[in-house]
Amino acid sequence: MFDWRWDFVAEIMPRLLWATGNTLMAAGIGYVIALVLGLFLALGQRGSNRVLTTILREGIEFIRSTPLILQIFFVFYVGPQFGLVLSPWVAGMIAIGLHYSCYLSEVYRGGIESVPRGQWEAATALNMTRWQTYKQVIIPQSLPFALAGMGNYLVGIFKDTPMLSVIGVYELVHTANAIGSENYRFLEPYTLVGFIFLAISLPTAALVRLFEGRVRSKMGMN
Amino acid sequence: MTLLEFVAQYWPRLLTGTANTVALFFLSAALGIAIALVMALMKLSSYRALRWTAISYIEIFRGTSLLVQLYWVFFVMPLFGFTIEKFTAGYLAVGMNIGAYGAELVRGAILSTPRGQWEAALAINMSPAKRMWRIILPQALVNMLPAWGNLLIELLKGTALVSLISVADLMFEAKQINGSTFLSAQAFGTALIIYYVLARFILTPFMRWAERAMARKIGKA
Amino acid sequence: MQNLVGYPLELTGEDTPMVRFTNVRKSYGPLVVLDDLNLDVAEGEMVSIIGPSGSGKTTVLRMLMTLETINGGCIYVDGKPLTHMPKNDKLVLANTRYLRERRADIGMCFQHFNLFPHMTALQNCMEGPVQVLGLSKTEARERSEELLELVGMIDKKDQHPSRLSGGQQQRVAIARALAMRPKVMLFDEVTSALDPEVIGEVTNVIRALVSQHKLTMLMVTHQMGFARDISDRVCFFYGGKIEEQGPPADLFGNPQKERTQKFLSAVSEAI
Repeated sequence: MFDWRWDFVAEIMPRLLWATGNTLMAAGIGYVIALVLGLFLALGQRGSNRVLTTILREGIEFIRSTPLILQIFFVFYVGPQFGLVLSPWVAGMIAIGLHYSCYLSEVYRGGIESVPRGQWEAATALNMTRWQTYKQVIIPQSLPFALAGMGNYLVGIFKDTPMLSVIGVYELVHTANAIGSENYRFLEPYTLVGFIFLAISLPTAALVRLFEGRVRSKMGMN
Repeated sequence: MTLLEFVAQYWPRLLTGTANTVALFFLSAALGIAIALVMALMKLSSYRALRWTAISYIEIFRGTSLLVQLYWVFFVMPLFGFTIEKFTAGYLAVGMNIGAYGAELVRGAILSTPRGQWEAALAINMSPAKRMWRIILPQALVNMLPAWGNLLIELLKGTALVSLISVADLMFEAKQINGSTFLSAQAFGTALIIYYVLARFILTPFMRWAERAMARKIGKA
Repeated sequence: MQNLVGYPLELTGEDTPMVRFTNVRKSYGPLVVLDDLNLDVAEGEMVSIIGPSGSGKTTVLRMLMTLETINGGCIYVDGKPLTHMPKNDKLVLANTRYLRERRADIGMCFQHFNLFPHMTALQNCMEGPVQVLGLSKTEARERSEELLELVGMIDKKDQHPSRLSGGQQQRVAIARALAMRPKVMLFDEVTSALDPEVIGEVTNVIRALVSQHKLTMLMVTHQMGFARDISDRVCFFYGGKIEEQGPPADLFGNPQKERTQKFLSAVSEAI
């Protein structure tokens, strides 16, 4: 029916594995940016400054409802128009980190809001400061709720890294494209890339679920 | 060049691009919803073969990238003898991808319908198909509509990827205009705004309206 | 908000009450919850607050715990203003820092316990002393274990709240509040969320507190028998005001006002 060539697989595998490293690095860096920036966005939205809150909300909505691929192009191409040239990696990390920080800020916000009001009141009755209340009472309790979302977006950011290929980041899909056009063979590279994604994202998702369960039972929340 | 001048000059191309994006959206949404329903019911089935087919489908499409799936459909499927035109390949890939995510929403909503509803339907001797169609699904639909709102926005965003196989959607037009004029801020900025308007001011209000209408229909509001 | 004129900056003298509400008013928009409330609670006194729902009784406690702001008047605790602070010989609305300082005098137990679910019973009790009072872990542990002993929960000290019954959770919550060494303890319907058979274990703890410690206590309750047994004074709230108050024997035995009589007879019929 079609010819799958194992010798070709063996030939291209080293290049794909090297590209897998780049994909993982892109996902990792992007995720760290998103985790940290997302927390600031979430706490900024809970502040008392109405103007800031509104700007943050609308900005987050804007980024969440427009395509990441378009944002990647925007960040990469708009800079040079104004004399600021960003390398593909820098532009890609800014775009993907910012995009996912908006999703994570919603995860954090949902987690914080899932903590019952009585917990805030009990903390007040114990005369805790706002910071102590967040640190000791609210964040530990919102973590189990937030973990599921955080894990989903870890896998999500990993699966979205192929979009970085469009501005020339040498991740998996970019490499598969290159292999395909050099050899006029697309079956093996694209299929292998698919398997590599499955081989990483399915176990990661399972590990995240396991970890979530651990945290929940450790905190006595089952 | 200001944004207004830019739009004045390039609006015909932006408009056809938007029209193609909207067409892709509807086709892939229809496909995605159908797949979601079928896969959810299969995953809940008591036949192991059906269950495992659905599980494999869902895990494969949720475990890999939409872009990889799109390239696979467009570049690899022809090797199996299915040559697919690029527009079709575009909405097939996006629809199949969304269908996998949607299946989990449908399944979750069906499972969260209170057990008493099943029992009551059984007690008046409804057939299993009737129970699902008349009693469970309407209630599940109301529960899952908000999540579908988010998923459809993801779908709209996902359609932008078809520009990478040269389907002339909004994203593609923006890229072409950028390539010939180097007015990146205007080209990509306008496209971003159009996507935002579609998602925030058309799709979201429509879904809210649908949620209210459905809730009223089953007597929840 | 409002600066107060004509209110003393401090209460002095022999008969200074532990808690004083002076012309306190609370409303949510047009809905007046408390209307010009005046109430003194002496040091070591146990005051029960009863009344129909919506009469503002819980609001009294929540304002005293500073969980609600007030719209008029002033609350004093231990002679010093709580809701306001002295500034240039006037009383102005208290800021966060002042509130934190004054709040240390007050402890509260809630209807739904509000234990921290991610901490064990012992950790719940140690949390405030360590984080807020700055005690060493050893001191805090000693103090908490002593209190858990007092409420009969020492053998469950390493359990999370989810593993405890409602009555057990409420006893831990009482220990947690006491660990902060408050001068005033507030009990807000602490038995209302409990199954009937475990109410006794909580009321017995409160009974022990009343007989053995010189704590000032305010309690909102629906358990008339319990209020009658242990209170020094009972206040009947109706429509945001104190309709009638007095020693339990008088208020329950010989109520003067018609509304009090109606309420008490309705409650006794329900039993």
